[in-house]
Order: sequence, then structure tokens, then C-alpha cells
Amino acid sequence: MTTLYTSDHEWLRIEGDVATIGITDYAQSQLGDVVFVELPKVGRSLKKAEAAAVVESVKAASDVYAPITGEVVEVNEALAAEPALVNSDAGGKAWFFKLKISDKGELGGLMDEAAYAAHTA
Amino acid sequence: MLAHETTPLKQTPLHALHLARGAKMVPFAGYDMPVQYAAGVLKEHLHTRSAAGLFDVSHMGQLKLTAKSGKVADAALALEQLVPQDILGIAPGRQRYAQFTNADGGLLDDLMVANFGDHLFLVVNAACKAEDEAHLRAHLSETCEIVSLADRALIALQGPKAEAALAKFCADVSSMKFMDAGPRRVADIDCFVSRSGYTGEDGFEISVPAAKAETLVTALLDNPDVLPIGLGARDSLRLEAGLCLYGHDIDTTTTPVEGALEWSVQKVRRSGGARAGGFPGADKILTQFTQGAARRRVGLRPEGRAPVREGAVLFADPASGEPIGKVTSGGFGPSLNAPVAMGYLPTALSAAGTSVFAEVRGQRLPLKVAATPFVPNTYKR
Repeated sequence: MTTLYTSDHEWLRIEGDVATIGITDYAQSQLGDVVFVELPKVGRSLKKAEAAAVVESVKAASDVYAPITGEVVEVNEALAAEPALVNSDAGGKAWFFKLKISDKGELGGLMDEAAYAAHTA
Repeated sequence: MLAHETTPLKQTPLHALHLARGAKMVPFAGYDMPVQYAAGVLKEHLHTRSAAGLFDVSHMGQLKLTAKSGKVADAALALEQLVPQDILGIAPGRQRYAQFTNADGGLLDDLMVANFGDHLFLVVNAACKAEDEAHLRAHLSETCEIVSLADRALIALQGPKAEAALAKFCADVSSMKFMDAGPRRVADIDCFVSRSGYTGEDGFEISVPAAKAETLVTALLDNPDVLPIGLGARDSLRLEAGLCLYGHDIDTTTTPVEGALEWSVQKVRRSGGARAGGFPGADKILTQFTQGAARRRVGLRPEGRAPVREGAVLFADPASGEPIGKVTSGGFGPSLNAPVAMGYLPTALSAAGTSVFAEVRGQRLPLKVAATPFVPNTYKR
């Protein structure tokens, strides 16, 4: 299992041909208290960099972009009932959605943990 | 863009204190202001409703209006040429909400006016303060002295524990009622204190000489009941309280009647009153008082969990039809644990309980018109 990161502060956990996607702890700390999460529909095809989900704090709404191209195979329904999970466990229980990866070649452009740590330093 | 980047942000006398307390700073009305501290907007909001919050609002304008005759009544009558409120009727030691109107009946700014016995004390919005001062000088200079009190900071102490927190430094504040205002010695500092605010909670606004602001705020914060609160929670608190934000919920295109601010225009200034009219836009505003206006500001409660924010277009129908209005303020109300909004609708659709729809990310979300305040206020009357 590999974890990769985007410069937009999303993480991807790669297991076989499925990527689980969420936002990083750094991203949640910048957003502040999350009060609403809108997730994509299962079955939707997303192109890399397309707006896929919305995360709203008390202050503002922010888009979450598809970090790679793929089809949505599962979404985290728990976030609808408990958006604050994004603040308490951004890297774990607060995953947003899972994508069936279309092109593994797109993963090459993403950062590993060390590169992401340097990016946010 | 370039002009903005090269204009240095102004700082309030409490700027260093904000940084020392870990505030996240943002530009607001030309000032570098704290939007939140480490606790975050949600906790800061809830703390203000359950204990006490301290806000730096020193970016706002403070003005002293004195009649050249020396009589405060003459300053009041002069100011009545610019606002539709009964200023003459503000008793010494009292304060009232007012608006500067324009010739079209729109609002140039909203403000607080206090009678300090021998002069009037005005508090105006930060973004409008230069224009407001120029407006006063242009119209009232013949009869009044206008002094900008730029050497004073302004803080707000709000919430159910505000009285106890302030009474440690000024016992006299406990006897003040909502909208009482006047000079008080607080922690041996010459302050102006009013029992008012912008949160819907009981509380105080305290004008303090800039040089003493940090001393006073440090003393007030040396109390576990009092936390510093940023502009983020100030906005969610005033929205839950149903209070207008100038430049958003009211502006130069909205009249007091359209803005649902009829309560703020006393009968003496309306048609048939002893001092009816005599302010800019009086014809239009007074006609709206008798005949009504085509649109009206309303409270809105989204039925789902998604916040409906400023700018969202409103529709009568879930699928078709023309826009009927717009959201002017919207977000999440932490005390309600639900989204709340305000906006303008045709008066015929402005009754509480009316169903409307807001377009958010291509979908029409249902909302209901709701009475404001969304959270009951706790003013000490």
C-alpha cells in the first residue's frame, strides 16, 4: 500500500487498481471547522483536476479535485452525518471517495510523503 | 491588484496582542485583522454564547459630533438631516441604531449614535468611515464640529459572562441596561462604555484610548471566562442574531423598508410625525412606509445541511422559472448546528414559512423563509 499526495493537499492510498482519496491534516487545519461535505455520486467518471467534492467550513466552501482520472466506486457516507471527522481524522476515517484508477501512469506525477512534507514546510 | 498589494495594511492598537495570541490574520477593510485564534471559529462562536468573547473592532470609525452652539439638541437636529432616526429623542446616556441615507433612499452606512450629554458619539463601519466623515463635514460643518477619534481603540465584550468580567474593572456597568452608553472609568482608564454589541448576546462595547488598549484587553483576558474572538465568529454570531452586515445585507440600493429596518425609524420622522422627513431620500422611504416596497430582506433556513452562501440566486420553483431574489449573507450557524442565511425576496413571498429554492453548484436546494433572530437575543433590557 502506497500513500501519495497532491500539491492541492489531497492524499491517495493506492491498493491494487483502487485509490482512496481524502484531504490532508494540513488542509483541514487550514480550512478550520468542517460543517458540510458534498461527495460525488458512485459511478461518476472523473477526469483528473475535475471538481469532485466540496468541503465547507463555517467560513467558506472549497472544492476537492480528482487527483487522477477514474470512476467513483465508493463514497464515505459517514461524512454526511459527521463532517467534523475531517478535522479529527483527516488521514484516516475521513476519507472522501474511492476511484477505480484509469491510468496508473498519472500516479507518477504525485508526491511521496517526504516530498509532501517538504511542500508544506 | 498592484495598488492593493502595495498599500500596506493598517494595524489596530491590539495588533501585537493578536499575533502573540496566535491569531490568523486577514485583510479586512484595509486593516490586518484576526479572523480566528487557535480555538477556531466554531469554538469561539460557542464560547461567546456560553461565556464571554472579546473582539477587537478598532477598525471601526469613532466620531464626536458637537454643536457649535454647545447644545447637544442642536447636534441631534443637525444629524437628523442625514438619518431617518429620532436623534433628538435619544436621552443623555442612551444610544440608538441609525443609518445614513442617500437621495434614492438607499443606505450609505449604518451606525450607532449615543448622547453623551454635551455631544453625540458615533460609531460607523470601517469600510465607510472616511466617506462618512466627509459626508458629515460636507453637510454639518456650518453648525457642528466633527472630530474623528482615531486615537481610540474599540473592543466588544459579549456573552452571558461579559457583565461579570467587566464589572471587576468598573462596578457601575452592572446597572447599565441595553443601549445605555456613556463615559466610564474602567480599570482606571477613561473609556466610553455602551451596553450593546453585534452578537445577539448581552454585552458591552468599550472605546479606550489607543495607548491603554492593550493594558485593558490583557486585564480582561486574564479571566478563564473570556476568550479572544476573531472576525469569523463575529460574522456567524451576527448572522444567527439576524443582524445586517453593511455592504452585504444592506447597501446604497436598499432602503430601510426593503431592509426590514422599519423598527429603526421612529414615528416622529415618518409621515404625520412632528419632524417627518427632512433626510435624504425621505420621499421614497416615507412612501414605502405607507405603500410597502416590492422586495424585502428575510431570514432563510436551508432545509438540508449544505450552507447557502452570499450570492446564491433564489427561485420560487425547484426546477424552472426566473430568479426571484438573492442571498446576501449565508453560512453555518454553530449554535443552531445548521445553515442559516439572509436575502431579498419579493414582498409577496416574504412571509415566514414560504418555501423557496437556492441554486448551489447547479442544484436547487430548498429553504424556508424564517423569522429573525434565528437565535433569541439575550439583551438586558
